[in-house]
Amino acid sequence: MATVIVVTSGKGGVGKTTTAATFGTGLALQGFKTAVVDFDVGLRNLDLIMGCERRVVFDFIDVINGNARLNQALIKDKRVDGLYVLPTSQTRDKDALDRAGVAKVIGELKADFDYVVCDSPAGIEQGAQSALYYADEAIIVTNPEVSSVRDSDRMVGLLASKSKRAEEGESPIKQHLLITRYDTDRVKRGEMLKVDDVLEMLALPLLGVIPESKSVLQASNTGTPVILEDKSVAGEAYRDAVARFMGEQIEYRFASEKKGLMNRLGFGRLWRRGA
Amino acid sequence: MSHWAEEWVRKSVGIFSFFRTSPPQRSADQAKERLQVLLALERNSSNAPSFLPQLQDDILKVIAKYVQVDNEKVLIEVERGPDVSMLDINIELPATMEAKRTKAPARRRLAGAAAAT
Repeated sequence: MATVIVVTSGKGGVGKTTTAATFGTGLALQGFKTAVVDFDVGLRNLDLIMGCERRVVFDFIDVINGNARLNQALIKDKRVDGLYVLPTSQTRDKDALDRAGVAKVIGELKADFDYVVCDSPAGIEQGAQSALYYADEAIIVTNPEVSSVRDSDRMVGLLASKSKRAEEGESPIKQHLLITRYDTDRVKRGEMLKVDDVLEMLALPLLGVIPESKSVLQASNTGTPVILEDKSVAGEAYRDAVARFMGEQIEYRFASEKKGLMNRLGFGRLWRRGA
Repeated sequence: MSHWAEEWVRKSVGIFSFFRTSPPQRSADQAKERLQVLLALERNSSNAPSFLPQLQDDILKVIAKYVQVDNEKVLIEVERGPDVSMLDINIELPATMEAKRTKAPARRRLAGAAAAT
């Protein structure tokens, strides 16, 4: 029986789809049979980020409506064993995600997979609520920036009240915080919220800190989940996050600034003032 | 200003700020402060029971039968503790309380109803 993970944020553009694609790929790399499901009906993008946009024939909504079987709509990844993508419809809207239909598809996926990763649309409306409804765990993607933190706080409340687990009085969704687009240089200059600041406000366990990295855009240009790029720091940070999800204790190596000679000698303050 | 003068001003500001005891507030600190206030407020209001606005309305109507109060001077809040929650109703009355004459018939009717039961 699969664990259902929702990747959500409230705010748009913080890296939900990148995270869903990359984290799902990371789970499959660990040997788990994983399906990544696009809930962003009408604004389909997961297929593009995963590099399978030209292989979409049937989609999530076709399966809900009974126009296709689940295994006709699932796209098997050509690079990683056990990784599948369920694309969504580009032409329908969020109303197509009726609760019974979503329940049927999620139920079928759960029977056949180890992990089902749901890529939530932005916002808190029906699409986002459908994506989180069946979740067992949640990854809340947050940028170190005021509007993103505020929206994440709102999502924390929705995850606690609007899920199937909440409605049926089961144990709550296990929530994880993933901070993305983190820039240690700007943090050092006092221009960006620190990891500790965000943690203090959102009070969630930290799954990972993904540094701002050019490789994320480059990976999306080519449709390669960034975790498959060998030399990317963002890819490494995502690998760490997957390992933490599996229960490993790993240092948050991308959360702290690189220590230069001046810092180690205790001249860091002086150096920064002069710079 | 010529280029060298600008450069000179920039550098001297740098030197002075080096000796300054309190550095200017950094924008990240402001972000944190603003967020902390906002999140505290929003968490309170989203946890409040949904009947609060209606309750405030009803209480105002009852009070308006007797005294004139300003809508803004009625505060209804719920404070949640680990064991017990407290409904806090705070109504600020005007300094000179005067019964509203226009509502007198309504009061009599109420009294009559009370006597009948």
